[in-house]
Amino acid sequence: MLNRNLVLATALLLSGSTSMALAGGPNVEVMHYWTSGSEAAGLNVLKKLLEERGVTWSDSPVAGGTGMNMVQVLRARIASDTAPAAAQMHAQQVQAWASEEVLTDLTDLAKKDDWAKVIAPELVPLISHDGSYVAVPVNVHRSNWLWYNKKVFDSAGLQPPTTWDEFNEVSEKLLAKGVTPLALGGQPWQELDLFENAVLGIGGADFYRKAVIDEDEAALRSDTMVKVFDQLRKMNKYIDSNYPGRDWNLATQMVIKGEAGMQIMGDWAKGELSLANLQPNVDYGCVPAPGTKGSYVWLTDNFGFFKTKDKDKQAGQLAMASAILDKGFQEAFNIKKGSIPSRIDVSMDKFDFCGKAAFADRAEAQKSQKSLPSLAHNAAAGATKTGVFTDVVSTFFETPSVTSQQAIEQLVTGLKSAQ
Amino acid sequence: MSTTFPVQQTAKRGQWREGSGAKLWLARNASQLALAPSVAIILLAVYGFMVWTGVVSFTASKMLPTYEFVGFDQYWRLWSNPIWRIAVDNIFIFAILFIAIASIIGMALAILVDQKIRAEGFFRTIYLYPMALSFIVTGTAWKWILNPGLGIERMVRLWGWDSFRFDWLVDPRFAIYTLVIAGVWQSSGFVMALFLAALRGIDEDITKAARLDGAGSFQIYRRIIIPQLGPAFLTVFVILTQQAVKSFDLVVALTAGGPGNSTHLPATFMYMQTFGRDQMAVGAASAMMIFMTVTAVVAPYLYSDVRKQRDDT
Repeated sequence: MLNRNLVLATALLLSGSTSMALAGGPNVEVMHYWTSGSEAAGLNVLKKLLEERGVTWSDSPVAGGTGMNMVQVLRARIASDTAPAAAQMHAQQVQAWASEEVLTDLTDLAKKDDWAKVIAPELVPLISHDGSYVAVPVNVHRSNWLWYNKKVFDSAGLQPPTTWDEFNEVSEKLLAKGVTPLALGGQPWQELDLFENAVLGIGGADFYRKAVIDEDEAALRSDTMVKVFDQLRKMNKYIDSNYPGRDWNLATQMVIKGEAGMQIMGDWAKGELSLANLQPNVDYGCVPAPGTKGSYVWLTDNFGFFKTKDKDKQAGQLAMASAILDKGFQEAFNIKKGSIPSRIDVSMDKFDFCGKAAFADRAEAQKSQKSLPSLAHNAAAGATKTGVFTDVVSTFFETPSVTSQQAIEQLVTGLKSAQ
Repeated sequence: MSTTFPVQQTAKRGQWREGSGAKLWLARNASQLALAPSVAIILLAVYGFMVWTGVVSFTASKMLPTYEFVGFDQYWRLWSNPIWRIAVDNIFIFAILFIAIASIIGMALAILVDQKIRAEGFFRTIYLYPMALSFIVTGTAWKWILNPGLGIERMVRLWGWDSFRFDWLVDPRFAIYTLVIAGVWQSSGFVMALFLAALRGIDEDITKAARLDGAGSFQIYRRIIIPQLGPAFLTVFVILTQQAVKSFDLVVALTAGGPGNSTHLPATFMYMQTFGRDQMAVGAASAMMIFMTVTAVVAPYLYSDVRKQRDDT
C-alpha cells in the first residue's frame, strides 16, 4: 500500500517536473505572453478543456506585453530545433512563420470542423498560406474604439464626437473645463494607434486600404495624408505634458479618475475599466473612434503549430487547434479578455454592452467591406513596414518641429527601402 | 647488489619514460589542457559568432538567417535609416559626456575620501552602492525621479516655485542627457574606488617632501598626485567606454528609445531591428558597425599592452 503510494507520488512528480517526453499520450507545449491576470485566467479555460480531452498541457509563458521577448525565445528554440508545439502570434507573424515553412498544415482538421463557414471571413487570408490553413484565431479585438468618461461629458454637456472636427471642438471645451481631453501614453504603438484611427476617420476605408495596406505612393503623398498628420499635430495640445513612455493602462486610469475625458484604445481597455468596477454605458461610454462608424479595425491573436514528427505531439496540436474553436471556450475566453470570438456563430448573450456592440458592428462591417486589419497590431503589414510607420509617426508626434510634409517624405522613402 | 642497482634504476627510468609518455606530456601541458575547454568555448561562442554575424550582415536574412548574399545592401539600408543616424549621434554624445563626467566626479570623490576623513568606510560604501544595482533598477528609479509629474519638477513646484521646469525626460532635444545623468550616478562610485586604490598606492614620502618645500594641497594634487594616476585613468577609460557602448538596459528602462525615437543607441537599434522588425541582416550590419567602433577604441590599448609585455621580456 505504502509502496504503491510512493510509486504514484514519484510518477506524479516526474510528470510534473520533467519534460513532456516522459509522459505518454497526447501533449502540447504552449508558448505565449498572456501572463496578466485576466489573460492567464482565459487561457486556463483552454487548458482545462484540453485536459478533459486527455491532452497534457505544458505552459511556456514568456512575459512582456508586446510579445517581442517571446519572439526572441521562439526564434532561438526554432533555430535549435526544439520548437514548442504551439505559439501565440499576431496575424502577420503567422504569415512570416508560414513563409519559413515551419508551421503544421491544419487543412484536414479545418475541413472536418468546417472552418470556412464559422471563422470570421476577413481572418481567413491571414491564417492560411498557399491555400492551406496554418493557424487558429483565438479572439478578435477592435482597435477603433473611443472610451469616454460619462460623468465628465455629462457635466460639461458634451456628446461623444463622431468626426475628427467634432473631436477637436469637444477637446477645446474639455480644455476650457480644465480636463485633459485625450489620455495617451507616449509609446510608439499607442501613437500608431492614433494614426491609424486618423487615417480611417479622415480618409475612409478605401483610403485606409490604399495608404496602409497597399502603401500606395499617391495615397501616401495625397492631401488627405497631410490632413491626417495635421490632425495628429493638433492632438499634441489635447494631451497632458507628462505622456511620454506612459503605459496604456495608466492612460485608462486617467479616464477612470476623470482627469482625462477620452481615450482611443482597443477593447482590452475594458479590463481596466471593469477592474475599477465601472459599468459600460453608465460610468463610461464606448463609441467608434471619430469618423470610423461602420468600420471595424481588427487584430487577432492566433496559435500556430510547429511541425513535429512526434505522434503524441501531433495529436496534442490537433486537439488544441480544435479546442480553440470550441464555442464554450470562445465565449469564456473572450468575455475575460475583452475581445469578441473569432467565430461568427457564438452566442453573445453573456457579453457586456461594448462586446455586443463590437460583434454587431463587425457583422455590419463585413457586409460593407469595411472590416479592416489594424496597422498598429501587426495585422495590416509585415513587421518591417509596420516599423517604418511606427518610427515616422512616433518621431513626428513627439517632435513638434517636424512638419506633415517631412513626415510623409520619411514615410515614402522608408517604405521604399523596406521593400 | 651495489653494482646492479644503478643499472636497474636506469632501466626503470627508461621504462617509465617509454611506458608513460602520455603522463609526462600531461604533466608538462596541464595548464594548457585545463584552459583548452574555455579557449575552445570562447573561440566558438565569441569569435565564431562574431564572424557569423559578419556573414549574416551580407545576406538577405529577415526573420531567420538565410545565406542569400546581397553584398553591402544591408549597410546601405542601415545608413539610410534616420533612427540609426540618431543612434550614432547619441552614442558619441552619451559616451563622451558619460566618460568625462563620471571620471571627474569619481576622481573628486576619491580625493575627498582620501583626506583621512572620519567614517571613511561608511562614505565609500554609500558611493559604491549604486554599482550594486543593475542598470534596469537605476533606469526605472530615474524614470520616476525625472518624470515631471512625479519627481523633481513636481517636488520643487509643491515647495512653491510654480514656474520651475525640469522636463528633460519628455523633451526629445534633451532626453539623451537624462541617460548621462543616470549613467553617471551609477558609475561614479566605481570610478571613485578605482582612483582611491591608485591614490593609496602613491608613495607618501613624495607628498611629504613637497609639503616641506611649501607646496599647497592643490599644487600637490595637480603637479604630483594626478600625473601619477595615468594607468588608473586608462583603466577607467576602457571600462567606462565598454559600459557606454553596450548601454542597452539603461535605455530600455529609462526612455525605451523615446520620446520620438530621440534616445536610441546602437545597441537598442540592433535589438529592435533584429527582433522587432524582422531585419536580422540590418541588425547584424549595425552590430558590425558597433564592433568596428569598439575595436578602433580598444585596439590601440591592447597593442600598447602587448608591446609593453614584449619589451619587458
